[in-house]
Amino acid sequence: MDTPIVVMLVVLAIVAIVAGTFAFRSRGRIETTIEPAPARPPAPVEPGLVDAIPSDAADVPAAPVAAIELFEEPSGEPVKANLRSRLGKTRAAFGGYLRAVAGRRIDDEVYDELEEALLLADVGVATTNRLLDGVRAQVSANKVTDADAVVAMLRGEIEAMLSDSVDRSLRTTPDQLSVWMFVGVNGVGKTTTIGKLAAQRSRAGGSVMLAAADTFRAAAAEQLTQWAARAGVDIVRGDEGADPGAIVFDAMASATSKGVDLLLVDTAGRLHNKNNLMAELEKLRRIVDRTEGALHEVLLVIDATTGQNGLQQAKQFAEAVDVTGSVLTKLDGTAKGGIVLAIQAELGLPVKVVGVGETVGDLIEFDPAEFVAALFEG
Amino acid sequence: MFDSLSDRLDGIFSRLRSRGRLTEKDVDEVAREIRQALLEADVNVKVARAFITRVKDAAIGANVHEALNPAQQIVKIVHDELVATLGGETGKLVVSSKPPTVILLAGLQGSGKTTHAGKLARHLKSQGRQPLLVGADLQRLAAVEQLRTLAQRIDVPFFSEDSDPVTVARKGIDEARRLGRDHVIVDTAGRLQIDADLMDELARVRDAVQPHNTLLVIDAMTGQEAVNVASAFNETIPIDGVIITKIDGDARGGAALSVKEVVGKPILFAGTGEKLDEFEVFHPDRMAGRILGMGDMLTLIEKAEQTFDEEQKARAEEIMREGDFTLEDFLDQLRQVKKMGPLQNVIGMLPGMPKEIKDADIDDRELGRVEAIICSMTPAERAKPNSINGSRRTRIALGSGTSTGEVNNLLKQFGQMQQMMKQMGVMGRVMQKKSKKNKKKGGRTTAKGTKPVSTKSNPGLGGMGAGGLGSPGLGDLGDLGDFGGLGGLGGPGGFKGLPKR
Repeated sequence: MDTPIVVMLVVLAIVAIVAGTFAFRSRGRIETTIEPAPARPPAPVEPGLVDAIPSDAADVPAAPVAAIELFEEPSGEPVKANLRSRLGKTRAAFGGYLRAVAGRRIDDEVYDELEEALLLADVGVATTNRLLDGVRAQVSANKVTDADAVVAMLRGEIEAMLSDSVDRSLRTTPDQLSVWMFVGVNGVGKTTTIGKLAAQRSRAGGSVMLAAADTFRAAAAEQLTQWAARAGVDIVRGDEGADPGAIVFDAMASATSKGVDLLLVDTAGRLHNKNNLMAELEKLRRIVDRTEGALHEVLLVIDATTGQNGLQQAKQFAEAVDVTGSVLTKLDGTAKGGIVLAIQAELGLPVKVVGVGETVGDLIEFDPAEFVAALFEG
Repeated sequence: MFDSLSDRLDGIFSRLRSRGRLTEKDVDEVAREIRQALLEADVNVKVARAFITRVKDAAIGANVHEALNPAQQIVKIVHDELVATLGGETGKLVVSSKPPTVILLAGLQGSGKTTHAGKLARHLKSQGRQPLLVGADLQRLAAVEQLRTLAQRIDVPFFSEDSDPVTVARKGIDEARRLGRDHVIVDTAGRLQIDADLMDELARVRDAVQPHNTLLVIDAMTGQEAVNVASAFNETIPIDGVIITKIDGDARGGAALSVKEVVGKPILFAGTGEKLDEFEVFHPDRMAGRILGMGDMLTLIEKAEQTFDEEQKARAEEIMREGDFTLEDFLDQLRQVKKMGPLQNVIGMLPGMPKEIKDADIDDRELGRVEAIICSMTPAERAKPNSINGSRRTRIALGSGTSTGEVNNLLKQFGQMQQMMKQMGVMGRVMQKKSKKNKKKGGRTTAKGTKPVSTKSNPGLGGMGAGGLGSPGLGDLGDLGDFGGLGGLGGPGGFKGLPKR
């Protein structure tokens, strides 16, 4: 008998016994995990831990020059970039499919081509079927035979899916500390998004502070510090490997005492299937929650090139920290971020902000009508 | 949504099972299911189409294997085709006869280039090479700093300067010559494949350093876009190989297939975690199983082999043979399993596990509680669990900080398991003889053992034990030698007592 197989069966046995032993008390278990952590002694605020950046600016000599580059809007247009103009050139693929069906009569091939267009936009099999079923129902109800009408119906279905009834604004309360937390898997652009938002908000006259609670990735705090310098805002950071909870705690204390309006909390990227890391995230949220009414947004950052796994990410993060909305980054590639349709349809999680380029002004509000238009007219 | 292909095909074939073999029409119907499975795994639509055409050809021409049911046949054909497509040389970098060997990493933003530059350097170093890391990502803030930190952590020299990427890369090579390093890993800035300026810059970096290995770093979570990314990068700087990252997530990783189809070059390495040593040579067969949602038995076995020492393996085997399984053994195995990583991951790697188990949130702290319960028993009690009466149970519960209910449950589960082990011991001996005979005949003996299970394994959680192991998905991984011998275990025991969560 092969030893590995034997070993594996033993593993199974263990899994079965452990699962069986504790299955009946799963409710009790949840209670214990939610149990508030024993009161944490106030962290000694190390000198130099809370750095006001201007005094620290010598560390980043290149900042002023680069800042000008980044802040400059190529079009001279103010902060808001136009989603469609940004995406226009790259949309050929989807638009091509739609043009191919234009003027034709409805047949299975038309549906197949629409299906392919949607699938290529990462909309996913389930959501695509749902959209096309809706279109088919309308077609048979209205006795339509023209493929152009089908495209219009599909557009209507997508717009309905992204319906405007949801609140897409990033919430703050005036004259009070508002905290936004940013969460997501590795490499989606959390730190960059925060940097851009900090720059925008600070330029608009808000007092902003950053909390570099990504203490895991090498130089993540350094990256955020450079953003803080560019945006001219304060940052609370710790050493690499420091307890992110302590940083959030210190940042909350510092923001409260300095009367900051907006605190942006960066967290380490984590894969949503890592239980311990998700538990750490829950803890960070609890620390923010200690200041009642401060937490306004928990934003899930999603890379537009993400495929069907995006839905899984959204589910897990929503469950762990009760996400309020999402940020769709890197939408200026040819990726169409179709997964957000599924995320909104299934979880009711609205996209609030999209990133369409490298400069500060390229982080813009999400406009569903423009998103759909960009999909169809590109 | 994430049902494995084998589950789905089972659904279709349950209707046709009486016929027992494939017609062309069946193949067409099945092709749709395969397509859906591939699309849900993020395989590109066009790649999926081409792939299915190949599968169809293979399926229609295939010799009908008597021992496999239709679903298993199809899964096997798809799996084999996936392995064939994903395969090729893995983990082999071209080594220049005239050092230093230059490795250039390129990819989208956030795909993991910098981290994997560090991992690759560590990997090379562990093989006795002398790498130098060059940070030519001057675009993203603190990217250079990040690589410098990683270089320090693995104690590998690092070079970068504040000029432009082409100069940094070129000087990096000079630096490697000066220091006598035999490998140079050049990290570049992430860029979108449609950004003409940056792609041009990448081409200039390439020209400046003349890499022996140009590697595309791609995120396993990438969707349909993977094809465009791969083809655009491949056109700008011909790609020699691919590193697929973040496969420790739960993405199916169809992007691997898309990229492989487009670039036609091997996927060399896979990033399997956040730590620098979580990096391994790419395994096409594992990726194939993953794309099809078949679990990852081979990784599990490999992990088990690393964790369990010879003595423990021998003991485990003895347990299986004799069916003699005590709480002491259980404790011992439990501790080994703990070393294999989070239980959830271990379970995730098992194929054919019912959804209830896979989705159950098994907290590793529960392992600790089980451990505590057993540790609160006397050696005599561990050897003879039957001797544990009411007052002993109360004592054990108190000692371990649990409740008598939990102690009872553990003992009950353990009793059932022991029973099953005994049955398996008997079955194992019978099957072992049988499979040895079969082995002499050569070929795939496994299917024979598997068949009765997949058709007759008890439904629901009962199947979790051995029945799950005999699921079609696994039948396909049949090259595991004597595995078929164990396949027949589904019937007898099962885990009837395992409550649903």
